[in-house]
Amino acid sequence: MPRVALTVNGKAVTAEVEGRTLLVQLLRENLGLTGTHVGCDTSQCGACTVHVNGRSVKSCTMLAVQAASSAVTTIEGLANGTELHPMQEAFREHHGLQCGFCTPGMVMSAIDLARHNPEADETQVREWLEGNLCRCTGYHNIVKAILAGIKAMLGNAPRGKSAKSRGTSS
Amino acid sequence: MTHQPNPTGIGAALKRKEDPRFLRGKGRYTDDINLPGQSYAYFLRSAYAHARIKKIDTRAAKKARGVVAVYTSADTAKLGGLPCGWLIHSKDGSPMKEGKHPVLAEGKVRHVGDPVAVIIAETLAQARDAAELVEIDFAELPAVVDMAKAQNKGAAAVHDVAPDNVCYDWELGDKAAVDAAFATAAHVTRLELTNNRLAANPIEPRAAIGDYSSATGEHTLYTTSQNPHVIRLLMGAFVLQIPEHKIRVIAPDVGGGFGSKIYHYAEEALVTWAAAQLERPVKWTSDRSEAFLSDAQGRDHKTVVELALDKDGKFLALRESTLANMGAYLSTFASVIPTWLHGTLLAGQYTTPAIYCNVKAIYTSTVAVDAYRGAGRPEATFLLERVIDLAALETGRDPVELRRLNFIQPHQFPYQTPVALVYDSGNYQATMDQALKAADYAGFEKRRQAAKARGKLRGIGVASYIEACGIAPSNVAGALGARAGLYEAATVRVNPTGSVSVMTGSHSHGQGHETTFAQVVSDKLGIAFDQVEIVHGDTAKIPFGMGTYGSRSIAVGGSAIVKAMDKIIAKGKKIAAHMLEAAEGDMTFENGAFKVAGTDRQKSFGEVAFSAYVPHKYPLDTVEPGLEETAFYDPKNFTFPAGTYICEVEIDPDTGAVEIVAFHAADDFGNIINPMIVEGQVHGGLAQGIGQALFEHCVYDDAGQLVSGSFMDYCMPRADNLPSFNVATSVTVCTHNPLGVKGCGEAGAIGSPPAVINAIVNALKDYGVTHIEMPATPQKIWRAIRSAKKK
Amino acid sequence: MHDFKYARPASLAAAATLVKKGGADPVFLAGGQTLIPALKMRLRKPSTVIDLAAIKGLDGIAEKKGKGKDKGLTVVVGALTTHAAVAGSKLVKARIPALAALAEGIGDPQVRHRGTLGGSIANADPAADYPAAVIALHAEVVTNKRSISGDAFFKGFFETALKPGEIVTAVNFRVPDKAAYMKFAQPASRFALVGVLVAKFGAEVRVAVTGAGASVFRVPDMEKALAKSFSAAALDGIKVSPKDLNSDIHAAADYRAHLIGVLAKRAVEACG
Ligand SMILES: Cc1cc2nc3c(=O)[nH]c(=O)nc-3n(C[C@H](O)[C@H](O)[C@H](O)COP(=O)(O)OP(=O)(O)OC[C@H]3O[C@@H](n4cnc5c(N)ncnc54)[C@H](O)[C@@H]3O)c2cc1C
Ligand code: FES
Ligand code: FES
Repeated sequence: MPRVALTVNGKAVTAEVEGRTLLVQLLRENLGLTGTHVGCDTSQCGACTVHVNGRSVKSCTMLAVQAASSAVTTIEGLANGTELHPMQEAFREHHGLQCGFCTPGMVMSAIDLARHNPEADETQVREWLEGNLCRCTGYHNIVKAILAGIKAMLGNAPRGKSAKSRGTSS
Repeated sequence: MTHQPNPTGIGAALKRKEDPRFLRGKGRYTDDINLPGQSYAYFLRSAYAHARIKKIDTRAAKKARGVVAVYTSADTAKLGGLPCGWLIHSKDGSPMKEGKHPVLAEGKVRHVGDPVAVIIAETLAQARDAAELVEIDFAELPAVVDMAKAQNKGAAAVHDVAPDNVCYDWELGDKAAVDAAFATAAHVTRLELTNNRLAANPIEPRAAIGDYSSATGEHTLYTTSQNPHVIRLLMGAFVLQIPEHKIRVIAPDVGGGFGSKIYHYAEEALVTWAAAQLERPVKWTSDRSEAFLSDAQGRDHKTVVELALDKDGKFLALRESTLANMGAYLSTFASVIPTWLHGTLLAGQYTTPAIYCNVKAIYTSTVAVDAYRGAGRPEATFLLERVIDLAALETGRDPVELRRLNFIQPHQFPYQTPVALVYDSGNYQATMDQALKAADYAGFEKRRQAAKARGKLRGIGVASYIEACGIAPSNVAGALGARAGLYEAATVRVNPTGSVSVMTGSHSHGQGHETTFAQVVSDKLGIAFDQVEIVHGDTAKIPFGMGTYGSRSIAVGGSAIVKAMDKIIAKGKKIAAHMLEAAEGDMTFENGAFKVAGTDRQKSFGEVAFSAYVPHKYPLDTVEPGLEETAFYDPKNFTFPAGTYICEVEIDPDTGAVEIVAFHAADDFGNIINPMIVEGQVHGGLAQGIGQALFEHCVYDDAGQLVSGSFMDYCMPRADNLPSFNVATSVTVCTHNPLGVKGCGEAGAIGSPPAVINAIVNALKDYGVTHIEMPATPQKIWRAIRSAKKK
Repeated sequence: MHDFKYARPASLAAAATLVKKGGADPVFLAGGQTLIPALKMRLRKPSTVIDLAAIKGLDGIAEKKGKGKDKGLTVVVGALTTHAAVAGSKLVKARIPALAALAEGIGDPQVRHRGTLGGSIANADPAADYPAAVIALHAEVVTNKRSISGDAFFKGFFETALKPGEIVTAVNFRVPDKAAYMKFAQPASRFALVGVLVAKFGAEVRVAVTGAGASVFRVPDMEKALAKSFSAAALDGIKVSPKDLNSDIHAAADYRAHLIGVLAKRAVEACG
C-alpha cells in the first residue's frame, strides 16, 4: 500500500493508504479529524472543503496520494486554542449555522474567499458559495457572517497579506 | 409571573450554545462515531422499479476478501415489516390497504433502490467490492409510475392487497353543502395543479450503527434520527420484537432532517439485528445517490381545486380532489400527511363556510413518500393560495383585497372551521398589513415599469398561509387513527449546587434547542443560562419522548419542560417554607428566589436545591429529598402560526429565467423565545419553499428510474439563487400552552411556494398566463410565453 | 471505487512507459474533478492511475507570435493549468478576456482550483465549457505525439482524436479581435445547458456552441451573417434547427435551439 507524508494543521503526518483512498477518508478515518464532512458523492456539496496549500478544494475529490507533500488545513486547524478564528466567530455571531453539517466546509470556503477577494460584496459572496450547499439556513446568515468575517480578518492583520495570515498554510 | 427582564430569558437573541463545537469541527454526528471492532454494511439495491426476484446467489460474495456476512430476505424473513404509524379509513369505512414493508425485499422489488441484500465486511470498500459478486436473477414487471394510470384495470399492482393500487380513498367535509354552494355560486374558479415531488436532502446523509452486548443482551443503535424514542418503539415492538428496555437508541448530533429523519428505516433495523447476529458493531452510512433512492421523499400530489364565490367575492365553498403518491411502501407517517395534515388546513385564513376534500392515496413503483418540511400543509396552502389568486384574476379583483374580504376577523376567535380545527388566536389583517408595508406593495407598478424599461417582466405575488403545529392532542390524534400518543416528556433535574439538567424528548438537528430550552429554564427559574444543560437524543438518558417534527418542539416539548419546572417550584416552595418557618401558602417564587409574600424573607433557588439534597433540618416526613421532576405534556389543541409572504420576481422574457428580487415574510408565531433562531428557521424554510417553487423536482421516467437522482440533476437552491430575506414577526399569543408559543419550523416552506408562483403568474399576466407548474423552470416559463405569443 | 495502482511519473517519457506497462486500462489523472467522481461511482475500473501532476512544464500560460501567414498572437495554456489559473491570469485577461471569463464560469471555486484545461478537453463532456473555446478560438491541441487542429479534436459524445496513451500537453488559443462567451447553466450541475462563444478574427467570425449537442459544433449561418455585419441584429431570423440537439429533463431540443439564438446575440453584444 502506498505511504503518504503530508502536513495536516501544521503537523507532519504519514499514513498507509490504498491508491483509492480519498483525502477525506485519510482525514476522517486515519487521522480522526471528523470535522470534515461528506454530504454527497458527485463533488457538489462542499461539506468536505479543506485547504490544500492554501486553496480550498473538495477533499472528496482528491486522492490521499495526490496530497503527498502538501500542507492541508482542516476546520480543526483554525482556532487558536480557545480563541475561534475570526471567520468562525463571525458564523457564531451572525447565526450562520444551524445543524452544523455544512459549516466546516462553509468556513473553509469563506476563508479562501477572504484571500481571493477581500473586497467581496454580497453578490460575490453568494457566487463564491456555488460549491457549498446548505439546507438549513437559506444562506442569508451565512452570507452575513462571511461579509463580517472577512472584515474581521482584515482588521486583525495588516492589509494585503491579511487573509492568508491565519488558517491557511500556503 | 412577574419578573425583571432576564438577559438570558425568553425573548433574548442569545448566541447558541451548540455553535462552538460545530464551528471547531467537534460535532459528533453518527458517521463520526467508530466503535471498536466495527464492520461495514453495504446495501445492494434494486436497479429495477418492479421485478420478481427469481434467484439470489451470494456464494461468491460470501467468499470475497474481508466479507463477514451476506444477508438476504431468506435470513430476515422472520423479522416484522416496517410499520406505518397512522391508520386511515376510506370513505366507505374500510381500513387502508397496507402491504408489508420488509427490511430486505421478499420475493419482489417495488422501487429502484429497494434493498435486496446487505453485505457486511471489514471495510466499506470490501463490502462494495463483494456486492458486485452477488448475482440476482430478476424477472422484470411493468413499473407503476403515473398515479392516474396506476388505477386502470390491467395495471400492475405494487401490492397484492391493493389490486387497483389505491391505498385508501379518504374524504373530509360536508359534500352536500359544498355541492349546493357551487350550484348557486356567481363564479367558480377551477385549477388543476401538481405539487412536485421533492427530496428532503439534509446535507448529512443518513447513517446507522448497530451494537450488541451479549453480556447484558442490550442492543444499541446510533442513528441519524429526529426521534430516537419513536425508533426504539417501532423497531423493538414491530420489526425486531425486542423489549424496549433492551434497546438503547442514540441520535447524536444530526445534520438536518426536515422530516426525512423521522421515519423508521430498514437500515436501522438491519444493522441492529446484524450486530447481534455477528456480535460486533455494524456501521452503515448512506451515499447521496443512495439517499435519493432510500430516504422518504415529499409532496407529490395531483390536484383539482375549485373555489365558489358569490357576486361580491365572498368565498362560498371549496372543493378539492387529490391523488397523493405513497410510493412503493407506506412510510411511518405517510398515510396522515395528505389526509389529516392536509384536508384540515383548507380553510386557510378564510371564512369559507363549506369545504370538501377527497384524497386517494396511490401506490407506485417509486421511493416512499412521507412528511417533508410542512407535510401536507404546504400542499393545502399552495392549492388554496393559487386558486384564490386565479379567482382574483378571473373576477378582476386585487388579490390582496379578495383575501382581506374573506379573512377570519380577530373577534371571531376561537374560530371553528368546517374542516375540524378550532383556531385559537390570530390577526391575519395585521400580518398582511405588515407584509404589504415592508414590500411597498403600493409602489409596485412603478417598479414594474422600471423593469420593463430594462427588458424584464416584473411580478409580485402574495400568499397568506396558516399551519397547524404543535402536533398533537393525543385524544384527537387517536380518534383520527394515530397509533401512538403525541405528547412530549421532560425531566428537570436540579443538581445539588443549583445547576439544572433538562432531559427532553424533543430532538435538535439544527433548531438550537440547547439554547432556546435553556432560555426557557433560565427565565422561569431565574438562574443563569450557562447553569442549564439540555440533554436530548439518547433513550437511556431521557424518560420518553416523541421527538421533533411538525414544529412541535417549543410548543409541546417546551411546555413539558415548563410543567416539570412548575412541579419543581411547587416542591421548592414546600422546602423554602420549612426553611423560613413560614406557611407554604405564603410562599412566592420570583427572580430565582423563594419569598414569604409581603416580607423580605427569602431563600435563593440554590439554597433550596442544596437543602433538598442535603436534607438536614428538612421536613422529611412530608417532603422527599432531591429536586427532580418529570412531566408529560399533552397539548390541548394544535397551534396556528400564520402569516403573509410577498415575493417579487423579474423574468428574462428571452430565456424564461426568473430572479427573486425581493422576499418579505410577516409571521405570527405567538411568543418568541429567541428571535435570532426564529429568523434562521424562517430563512431556511423560505429557501426550501423557493426551492420547491423554482428548482427542485424528483423526476421518474416511465420505467420508474429516478432521473434526477443526484445533485447533478436535482437542483438544490444555492446561495446565488436566493435573495436576502426581509422577515418580521407580530404576536398573537397562543391561548392554550403555558409559553404562548406557536412554533416556527415549517412556516417558511409552507407560505413561500404560492407567493413565488403568484409572482411569476403576475409577471406574465400580459401573456394571459394563468398558471405555471412547479418547479417553474426557465424552460416552462419560456414555453408559456411562447404559446401565448402564438395565440 | 475499485482499487488501482497509482503512479506519478516525473516526465512524459516515463508516463509513456507506464502506459505501455499499465495493463488493461491505464488512465491519466490531472485535476481529478471528472475522473475521481467517475471512479467513485465505479463507472471506470482502471488498472493504473497515472498522475500527471509531477511532470514538469505542463502548466503555465505564455504568449507566442505566429509565423508565416498566421502572424497572429497565440496564448499557450499548459494542459495542467487549472481553471482558476486561467481565470486569474493577467495575460489571458489582457489578450482573450472571454477565455478568462469562460474559465471563471466553470464549476465552483474548489473545482477551479483543481480542474485543468487538458482534463476538460480530453474528457470532451458535451456540456463542458472549454470545447467552445477550442473551436471558436482556432485552437491547436498539442500532445506528446503531435499537434491536432482544434477543429479536428472533438469527435463526438465524450470522444476526441486522442489515441490511447496520448497526453495533451498544451492548447494554443489564437487571439481574436473580439470574443465573448455566454453560458446558460443547467440549474443543478451548472455545466452548460447551452454555451455560445463568438469570436471575430478580421473578416472571419466563429460561433461555437457547447452543451446543446452530442459534441461542440459551429453555426455556419450565424458565422456568415456576422462576417457580413458584426451585430446582434445580423442574427435576426437565423434559426438553429433542434434536430440532433439534446433533450433532457432540463431542456428539450427546441428550447436549446432557441437559447443558442439568444446567447449568440448576447455574445455579439458583449463583444462591443
Ligand atoms: C462540481 C463540478 C462542477 C463542474 N462544473 C463544470 C462546468 O461548469 N463546466 C465544465 O466545463 N466543467 C465542469 N466540471 C468539470 C471540470 O471542469 C473538470 O475539471 C474537467 O472536466 C476535467 O479536468 P481534470 O483536470 O479535473 O481532469 P481529470 O478528472 O483528472 O481527468 C478527466 C479525463 O481526462 C483525462 N486527462 C486528463 N488530463 C489529460 C491530459 N493532459 N491528456 C490526456 N488525457 C487527460 C483523464 O484520463 C480523464 O479521462 C465540473 C466538475 C465538478 C466536480
Ligand atoms: S462531499 Fe460533497 S463535495 Fe465533497
Ligand atoms: S447548517 Fe445545516 S446544512 Fe448548513
